[in-house]
This record gives sequence, C-alpha cells and structure tokens, in this order.
Amino acid sequence: MAVTKTIRAIGHRIVDAVWRIGSATRFFILALLYSGASFKRFHLIIKELFSSGVMSLIIILVAGLFVGMVLGLQGYETLKRYGSESALGSLVALSLVRELGPVLAALLFASRAGSAMTAEIGLMKATEQISAMEMMAVNPIARIVAPRFWAGVISMPLLAALFSAVGVFGGYLVGVVQIGVDEGSFWAQMQAAVDFREDILNGVLKSFVFGTVVTVIALFEGYDAQATAEGVSGATTRTVVNSSLAILMLDFVLTAIMFRGN
Amino acid sequence: MERTTLDLWVGMFVVAGLAALVALAMKVGNLGTYNVSESYQVYGYFQNIGGLKAKASIKSAGVLVGRVTSITLDTQRYEAKVVMSLDKRYQFPKDTFANILTSGLLGEQYIGLMPGGDEEMLKEGEQVKQTQSAVVLEEMIGKFLYNKAAEPEKITVPEK
Repeated sequence: MAVTKTIRAIGHRIVDAVWRIGSATRFFILALLYSGASFKRFHLIIKELFSSGVMSLIIILVAGLFVGMVLGLQGYETLKRYGSESALGSLVALSLVRELGPVLAALLFASRAGSAMTAEIGLMKATEQISAMEMMAVNPIARIVAPRFWAGVISMPLLAALFSAVGVFGGYLVGVVQIGVDEGSFWAQMQAAVDFREDILNGVLKSFVFGTVVTVIALFEGYDAQATAEGVSGATTRTVVNSSLAILMLDFVLTAIMFRGN
Repeated sequence: MERTTLDLWVGMFVVAGLAALVALAMKVGNLGTYNVSESYQVYGYFQNIGGLKAKASIKSAGVLVGRVTSITLDTQRYEAKVVMSLDKRYQFPKDTFANILTSGLLGEQYIGLMPGGDEEMLKEGEQVKQTQSAVVLEEMIGKFLYNKAAEPEKITVPEK
C-alpha cells in the first residue's frame, strides 16, 4: 500500500528527528559536565578560539562593512521619500545591533567555523582517532568537544559585536562621507534611538544563544557522523542547513520575547 | 606558561571584540550621553498625553533638562499622572507651565517646561499644577469643522 508506506515514512522521519534532538541535548549536557577539565587546560580553548574565532574575522569584517554600506544606500533611498534622511543613523544602527549583526554573524559563523568543526570531528571518527582516545582512557568529550564548544560560545558574541561596529562604520561611510547626510544628526539620532540595555545587550544575548546552538549542532553532527567519507560530507551539509534554520527560527522567538511592546 | 603567537592572535581577537562592544555602547548607544547627575522628581496631571512615552525628553528653552519616569492613569481623577525626573542643576519656579509638544510635524512628543515668575522653586515630590494636554490632530480638525459649520454665512445685502 502506497499510502501506508508514505505515512510510515513521514512518521519515521519525525520520530528520527525527535530522537536526534534528544541525543543532541544529552550530548550538550555531557559537554557542559566535562568542561571543567577543559578550563584547567585552557590552552586547548585558546587553540580552538584561534581556529574558529580569529580565522572567521576576515569574513565577518568584510561582510559587516558591506552590509552596513548597503543599509546606508537603501535606507537613504527609502528615507528620502519621507524627507527624513537624518534618521539614517538610527535605521542603520538599530537594524544592525538588533538583528543583522547577531543573525548574519551567526550564519557566517555556522558556514565558516561550524562546518569545519563537523568535518574535523567526523574525520577523527572516520580515522578511528576517537576510539583510540577511548582506548587510552582519554575522554573524547572532555578533550575534543568541550574546548570547541567554549571557543564557539566565547567567540560568537565578539564576532557579532565586531560585525555591528564595522557595519555602522560602513553605513557612516556611505551615508555621511559619500551621500552627504549631516554628520551631527546621523550620530545624534543614532544615539537617541539606540538604548544600551534594550538594544545592545539584547543583541549580545542573542548572539550568545546563537553561538551555543550553532556549536552544539556542529559538534553533535560531527560526533554522530557515520565513519565514512559519505557520512562526513552528509554531516557537514546537515550542520550548515540545521544551524541556519535554527538561527532564523530562534531569532524570531527571541525577538518576540525581547522587543515586544516597544 | 609558555607564550605563543597563538595567544597573541587570540588576545588581539578578544580585545578587538570587546573594543567593538564598548564602541557600540559609547558611540552608537546612549551610554556616552547618559549623564548620571543627580535628579529630583516632580509630577503633573494631564488630561490627554497623546503619544508621550516613558523616557521621553523634558526640555526647557530647547535644552534637555530631564526624562519622563512613568506614566499612569490616576483613577481618582481619570487623568494621566506623569512623573518627571529633572536634573538637579536646573531649578524651576512653582508656577512652571508643562506642555506636551511635538518635535516636527510627525516627530516624537516631549514635555516643554515654561518657567513662571514665582519666587519659590519646585522641590522633590511636588506637583506641577499648570499643564496643557497634547494636541490631538483629529480633535483639532473636528473643532475646526464644527466651528466652520456653526459660523453664520455672511449675507451680503445687495445695494440698491
């Protein structure tokens, strides 16, 4: 029966997804439990901070600059119709600090650093390095997963802050330097509109949540990958797809909680 | 502990990230302009506050002198009670007039203070007695139309 087969296939997929969410949560808790050991050996975290944070700097800075410049151009064109070009500063800053900074930095981070983490851990598994560690009584979660997790959680808010700051500078370059919006009103309107607690700290909180989710997804997919070349490539794809979807969906939920009623 | 170039790069990354955060807070946000000078609170009743919100600015002669702390409806008088926090450096006479004004045609609303001539100054917790409500555009148009209709048409008597 074709119908029962389809229904069965759908049910199987859903059960499988719930199953994976459950194992990912257990994996996340294990990583938290074993992170005490990795804080004692901080140089492991430093090494991972370099490969996930410092190496993502260039893409984050360039992307932030151009996103800010586009915002400056498009915002100016739209605001000009209402004769309120002076509000350009607050438009650029609010959209960057609240939304674009955390979200775009997290998307870039997922595809730049998350995929690399998955591939690395998946290959470690395929070449049986993880089993070898277990044989030597080294806990692979404490040695491999926890340092990468903390590196991701620490670097994500910093990257998002850099993205927003560079983006505001890009908006300034296009809006003030090139188009010629009044510099004083650009900064003054921005400072009047952006609140430190409500906008900037909420943006930081958002990027912190995204950093946690992206790193957990990337590490779990790598750790869970089938130990074949095909399995690793599939896991890398799943990391990018799942973490992008998770970022965008979580962003809606977080925005609804944080900015409602203002 | 050994120092490596790796540490230097990571250190630079962390410092740059924190610097970006501080720059956002100071240059983009309102933390740089927010002066924590001492303030005193006064309140006033308005019949209609229009679009006034908490944290709206209070200006006198165009100079920012304080912020609106809270807006509540007083069910004793069915009027809006607006608590204003004013900078200690600026003292206002007791018969100061509080107006709800709009900056520009579609801008946000703020409270304008017009000082009176009283010798005594407003103190912490006192009431600003003279207030004027926000101008609601619909009401104004309604009044205008009503007046127009009530106006007797001028009859020009043709001269013979």
